[in-house]
Amino acid sequence: MRRIIGSLIVMAVVAAVILWFLSAPQPLPQSAFDGLSDPDTERGRQVFLAGGCTSCHAAPGAEGDDKLILSGGLAIESDFGVFHAPNISSDPNAGIGGWSFADFANAMKAGVGADGEHLYPSFPYTSYTRMTMADLNDLFAYMQTLPASSEASPGHDLPFPFNIRRGLGLWKMLYLNDAPAVDLAGADEQVARGQYLVEGPGHCGECHTPRNMIGGPKRAAWLSGAPNPDGPGVIPNITPDGGVSSWSAADIAYYLESGFTPDFDSVGGSMVAVQKNFAELPASDREAVAAYLKAIPGHPNGY
Amino acid sequence: MKPGIALILAVSMTAATVAYAAEPQEERQMTMKQIGGAMGSLAKMAKGEAEYDADAARQAFTTISESIETFGQQFPEGSETGFETEAHPDIWTNRDDFDARVAKLKADAAAAADSVGDDASDLGAKLGMVGQNCASCHETYRLKNS
Repeated sequence: MRRIIGSLIVMAVVAAVILWFLSAPQPLPQSAFDGLSDPDTERGRQVFLAGGCTSCHAAPGAEGDDKLILSGGLAIESDFGVFHAPNISSDPNAGIGGWSFADFANAMKAGVGADGEHLYPSFPYTSYTRMTMADLNDLFAYMQTLPASSEASPGHDLPFPFNIRRGLGLWKMLYLNDAPAVDLAGADEQVARGQYLVEGPGHCGECHTPRNMIGGPKRAAWLSGAPNPDGPGVIPNITPDGGVSSWSAADIAYYLESGFTPDFDSVGGSMVAVQKNFAELPASDREAVAAYLKAIPGHPNGY
Repeated sequence: MKPGIALILAVSMTAATVAYAAEPQEERQMTMKQIGGAMGSLAKMAKGEAEYDADAARQAFTTISESIETFGQQFPEGSETGFETEAHPDIWTNRDDFDARVAKLKADAAAAADSVGDDASDLGAKLGMVGQNCASCHETYRLKNS
């Protein structure tokens, strides 16, 4: 009996040590930073619009140029607790003005903060991990041109066990990888551009794809709609089998430009900010998103 | 017997009226459809898919302005749910803000109707001015349920 208890304790310790090592934050390898050219802030602005950074990181209710003050503060009331979007303005202390580009790239692609800690996936690095280093380089340079705010980040309000950051290492092993969300091998250039925008910077799947019990995206139901992660109502199914089944690619592009559906209902909810950003991107990007949404497999409603 | 017959008649007519009157949820959905229809006809002209007609443009803006007139009254207490409503519960708690937005659409659409031009040159701008009311109100007060 004593021998059994003894070996159980040894096994538990071994398992704990293995989990500890597996859950370690893993920043990008040095080679990821090879061959970057000087950043282009105007291109960075386009990436910033595609990413919709202001939706979460501007102060709630900010209008006009105040949206460019990335002081944070939005509360996301999720099933796992309340997340607060942090200050990512150019302030060296309260924001990320003191970060290196490596710090920024690690946050965006590896979900690792400047202190080497795991970041929560309420910050959608699960999508941003598919972004190119060149886009991130331009984006970071653009963001450093935006105003500083000394507003302190409120921090998250999460119950046990979700308040243990180390546990995110195991979650990331399951859900953080930069493989395409859908296999569209052989897609033309336009569809490929749309795939990059939707699955990468646009992070459309974060709201439009249903999640499992531990918050992992159900890739087999990609973009099929989900309960609203932040309140009542649903986020629509945007696969070819969803409510958009009768929309042409031109209809989708027009919606992203104008905010109007083919029967002249209008955009609403959190999509309003997304649509306004897409209205400022080149028409070719809106058309690329439309082409991609027409190319992906259809699914029944995910909510 | 006569008062009895009259009473039966009155009761059955009331019942019939109740049965056929649209619910507030349906009335406001109808209002939104009317406005969507008017926006659609204006957008076709603005995009050049339909020939510009100043009278039709004026009529469409007037339709929007008149349809929205009673919209605020189509959200009585008790109509928060049902009939596939997409109304956000905040309408009933932020009533003043909601009513102000309804009034702004009415004013913007009326101003557009009053200043319709002889050609399509400024129709896009007018449509944008009126149309931004749709998204800004739906951002806060419309919930998707499908």
